[in-house]
Amino acid sequence: MSASQADATDERVKEMSAIRRWLIRPELGGIVGTLAVFTFFILFAGDSGMFNMQGVMNWGVVSAQFMIIAVGACTLMIAGEFDLSVGSMIGFAGMMIAIFLVVLGWPAWLSIILTFVMCMGVGALNGFIVIKTGLPSFIVTLASLFILRGFTIYLPQTIESKTIIGGIRDAAEGDWFASLFGGTIGQGFFRWLGENGFIGVFERGTRAGEPVVDGIPMLMIWAVALIIFGHVLLTKTKFGNWIFASGGDAQAARYVGVPVNRVKILMFMFTAFCACVFATCQVMEFGSAGADRGLLKEFEAIIAVVIGGALLTGGYGSVIGAALGALIFGVVQQGLFFAGVESSLFRVFLGVILLMAVILNTYIRRMITGER
Amino acid sequence: MPQPIIEMHNIQKHFGSVIALAGVSVNVVPGECHCLLGDNGAGKSTFIKTMSGVHKPTSGDIMFEGQTMNFERPRDAIAAGIATVYQDLAMIPLMSVSRNFFMGNEPVRRIGPLRFFDHAHAAEVTMAEMRKMGINLRGPDQAVGTLSGGERQTVAIARAVHFGAKVLILDEPTSALGVRQTSNVLATIDKVRKKGVGVVFITHNVRHAMAVGDRFTVLNRGKTLGTAQRGEVTAEELQDMMAGGQELATLEGSLGGTV
Repeated sequence: MSASQADATDERVKEMSAIRRWLIRPELGGIVGTLAVFTFFILFAGDSGMFNMQGVMNWGVVSAQFMIIAVGACTLMIAGEFDLSVGSMIGFAGMMIAIFLVVLGWPAWLSIILTFVMCMGVGALNGFIVIKTGLPSFIVTLASLFILRGFTIYLPQTIESKTIIGGIRDAAEGDWFASLFGGTIGQGFFRWLGENGFIGVFERGTRAGEPVVDGIPMLMIWAVALIIFGHVLLTKTKFGNWIFASGGDAQAARYVGVPVNRVKILMFMFTAFCACVFATCQVMEFGSAGADRGLLKEFEAIIAVVIGGALLTGGYGSVIGAALGALIFGVVQQGLFFAGVESSLFRVFLGVILLMAVILNTYIRRMITGER
Repeated sequence: MPQPIIEMHNIQKHFGSVIALAGVSVNVVPGECHCLLGDNGAGKSTFIKTMSGVHKPTSGDIMFEGQTMNFERPRDAIAAGIATVYQDLAMIPLMSVSRNFFMGNEPVRRIGPLRFFDHAHAAEVTMAEMRKMGINLRGPDQAVGTLSGGERQTVAIARAVHFGAKVLILDEPTSALGVRQTSNVLATIDKVRKKGVGVVFITHNVRHAMAVGDRFTVLNRGKTLGTAQRGEVTAEELQDMMAGGQELATLEGSLGGTV
């Protein structure tokens, strides 16, 4: 077997160097970026408290938020479509939960489930319109961006004459389903860490003696769960192959029997699901829903995905890469604060890193496909 | 002659007021290479799309293995055993050879209630099939984008045969290829024919058709000008029929029969 394989080696096919093999992995940009960002902040903000328990939780939570929406945006982008309505969807979902729960007084579990169903319905509708009209998803979801945001402002103004609805945490108190999105787990473990001096404890005030970090936020659990789900779905399942095929060349995929339309619509729904998880965790944390929540999140998700090595044209990318892109995003956004840098420079950084990532991705794509 | 696998009787296809096919009849028997020749606009593409379930004929019958068939969509035709390899749309360049090979037919491994893509099996089968077709891969995870046009066609043909195609439709597989690559694809057609698959080879290159064809059907303006056996017809006659007789005479004078 091995002998015949050796005989079959084509002398024109050069052995691929290890570096080149690594270069065509979609996660490469994310890994290099993550290392660079951590090196930078350890050098320039290492003593600012950024890497103690509280600091880690600070950028960890922000990164986890980005990760949740990046997973959805990543699988959708690999399937060859965009969703620009993610940010509006976050605002809309939060507002719907607030209206059902606080204004109408429905139970928290029902409000949350109903919101998920509505948002995934909107996602499915986005996908359906894209499939049926053949229009670019960019335009279709740009329309939903405005429609959803409009309703998010109109509804609370009409019902309550204000744009922020509070009282969510009290209304959801004691609901086991709502606690899947808010609060923390592992409190006992963290108290033990605090008592034994592994992490800091509050020294004064009403919470004196309690650990500075009281547990792992559910938001992080969701982020990790969605990343694992997305990664396994994409790389280890039949459906994952269909996602790559739908984004790589929808017509070629159709000709061999891949249900491209179903794949794309399901990915739109999954993106809406991720936006809903983000929104639910956010309203549970803040205790209120605001009409301006989630602004620009769609672009931040897409940037994280592109930094993570996915091609804007679809058919190529990685959920792990997108998660690393989100981590870079979160670490830099919070890290600039720890390093005492003017926070508006964050946008400058964002623009530069996005440009670098896109150029790198284009180069890598040429390497994979052998284009000149 | 053996029983035909697929018989197309008097197929008509109208698009609005345009008559694309005005009654075409063709049959394909196992183990033959049936060449479908015709100039651009002759109706070749419409005809094979009717055969592969993309278009429904306006009138006419399709008999598959002796039974009347009504293909609603391409999946129906694929399920019956009619595979089509399109010139540009055979493969997805960004995906690996093994992912492409099993696209739409992914092997599945069960772990408890969950079902996963069986990459190990896919890699093994892909390497074995590629070796049979004379393509040496660096590995099953090599991207299709790194293969040449001829190799991509070969992979697509190997894929169709592996998944049990009884009729293999090749839509202009050689039209964008160089000399060596063309001969490789023609050799592949020959291998596939010997396995008992009925090959429908669409081309407008008479020399490619003469190289592997057993029977030749010429389409012109949505009509068939008849089917000829190998040896009953010369390349010049086929060329003549494709271009439509009269106009060709002057053409041939100036080009010296080189087209």
